[in-house]
Amino acid sequence: MNKMPPNKFPVFDRTGVDSKTLKGFLIAMIRIREFEKLIAKHVEENKIITPCHLYIGQEAIATGVCKSLRKDDYVFGTHRSHGHYLAKGGSLKKAMAEIFGRSTGCSGGRGGSMHLCAPEVGILGTSSIVAGSVPIGIGAGLAESIKETDRISTIFHGDGVPEEGSWNESLNFAGINKLPVLFVCENNFYCTHLPIEARRIKNNIAELASAHGIPSVTIDGNNVLEVYRTSQQTVTKIRRGEGPQFIECKTYRWLGHVGPKDNLEVGLRCREELDAWKTRCPIKMYEEFLLGNKIISQEEKESIHSLIQCEIDDALHFSLSSPYPLKLDLLKHVHKER
Amino acid sequence: MRVLKYADAIREAQYLALKKDKAVFIMGQGVDNPWCVGSTTKDLLSTFGAKRIRDVPISENAMTGAAIGAAMAGMRPLVFHPRMDFMYLAMDQICNHCANWHYMFNGQINIPITIRGIINRGNEQAAQHSQSPYSMYAHVPGLKIVMPATPYDAKGLLLAGIFDDNPVLYIDDRWLYDIHGEVPEGFYTTPIGKGNIIKKGSDLTVVAISYLVQEALLAAEELQKTNINIEIIDLRSIKPLDITIIMNSVKKTKRLLILDPAWPMCSIASEISSQIYDKLYTVLKKPIIRINLPECHAPASTSLEKYYYPNKALLIKSITKIVAKEKN
Repeated sequence: MNKMPPNKFPVFDRTGVDSKTLKGFLIAMIRIREFEKLIAKHVEENKIITPCHLYIGQEAIATGVCKSLRKDDYVFGTHRSHGHYLAKGGSLKKAMAEIFGRSTGCSGGRGGSMHLCAPEVGILGTSSIVAGSVPIGIGAGLAESIKETDRISTIFHGDGVPEEGSWNESLNFAGINKLPVLFVCENNFYCTHLPIEARRIKNNIAELASAHGIPSVTIDGNNVLEVYRTSQQTVTKIRRGEGPQFIECKTYRWLGHVGPKDNLEVGLRCREELDAWKTRCPIKMYEEFLLGNKIISQEEKESIHSLIQCEIDDALHFSLSSPYPLKLDLLKHVHKER
Repeated sequence: MRVLKYADAIREAQYLALKKDKAVFIMGQGVDNPWCVGSTTKDLLSTFGAKRIRDVPISENAMTGAAIGAAMAGMRPLVFHPRMDFMYLAMDQICNHCANWHYMFNGQINIPITIRGIINRGNEQAAQHSQSPYSMYAHVPGLKIVMPATPYDAKGLLLAGIFDDNPVLYIDDRWLYDIHGEVPEGFYTTPIGKGNIIKKGSDLTVVAISYLVQEALLAAEELQKTNINIEIIDLRSIKPLDITIIMNSVKKTKRLLILDPAWPMCSIASEISSQIYDKLYTVLKKPIIRINLPECHAPASTSLEKYYYPNKALLIKSITKIVAKEKN
């Protein structure tokens, strides 16, 4: 199965998108990238213990999709959800504190990297069980359909998830009940260490979703504008009551399943493949487009980078100076007390 | 007071919950089939409409997960599994997700869901249609588990479960559905985590779960004739476990027998035994007796099935053995 990127570079079509929004995409993607780089560094130095599944290479998807959502829409994610959390508007410093195991973290230090939560922006918690949040995500959609609101529920998942039964159960149920749900599959060709050809006869995930009666498209997940535009169109359809929609984003994860290494050293993939995808870096390509079309200047670009660096430095300082959770609270929150 | 069947008490609880709060809805297999889950969901669809009374495809894990997601998003769902055997398929959502969520996210999200699992056995239904694996869920922090044995509590505990802010497993046994009992009209709840002394006595404490409460009451009548006076505790909730009510009774009777219609290993009976030995080993006059299912699967053929489920006769035999001899 071909896992190489397409030869053609993406076409960025900015029609109808104002400059401020265009810049916003770049800022959102760089924030995720720099956040992940800092986490990777501290994992490497053994300063972070919680298993971190990094999102580097896939930033355009979380960004493009979340920018097409409202603040009160739900987002459900996975073990690899730093990007979704940040793009939807979760607090960066609280996510970092969480990953450092501090009580000021978004989950009070009880969740770690895989369990981020920001109810104020529609993130009701991410699951680290593969396909775990898919049924829950359609359930949030079900709640809104019963309440007759126009809130929608977006479920991000990887390409291994359609191999789980509950994905099929959930798509079927969402379809037959016309639930307001957007499924976003990030197909990066790998599920843990296993490449897609070792798991499926065909790389046909969008077709599978279509077979469940859900309108589906496959797009370039490294083109933030394409992701945004597609997502915006599907969100409009969902809000109109047309039922669930499915977007498959082809992309590539630069690092291994978990941790800061790229897994070339253990032979899980080849350098040629990784290098080819690195030339299609979603941030670099987009930045060049913005510069080339004079949507941002070189100075603006540098100031974006340095502002984000400041934010990350602040978050690191906040995290490292925050207290750890107390032993006293070990048994707290098993149940909600009245 | 008004008398209702257990099945009708369940139905009335659902009716009242749906009336009281728009966030309540019900989903499960066969909610509106001609049998209406042993008549417990009869007429709910015509009263409350298809948005709130939902029949579902046979997708146990996703359906339970969807109810969990809906609960996170502000609803109070009641999702049911017509047999506990089928509920195994939803254990990922119940144990990995529902039970963990409140703790894992530091108390920010709660899941006010009721998951109803029905024990439905006998009639040669065999190993995959007869199970009662409630103890497995009792192992998991974050879940509450109730098992009503009377029509009164069938209603009171279901309402308590639906309006609790946490996940509650409501386990009912089809053998109880035709039992009649007093059930007040209107809204009331039975407290979760509190047992009930359903019959006072002095010779032996019998802790019984679910349907076996009824068998114990029948046994008590017979035993009374031979001058054996047992105290019966209807446990009602298996988690939280009301160990206090058991301790107080055992302090009085000095003997304990536990009736737990599930397999013996890691059972509620073994948990109660362990806790009572820990706390009252000097008080006990006799070793604790545990009556469970045999350590094998439910056989189909009636000729074997009749030896599988504990009943009044077995109880009388066991109790007579430990109490009568001593008395004489």
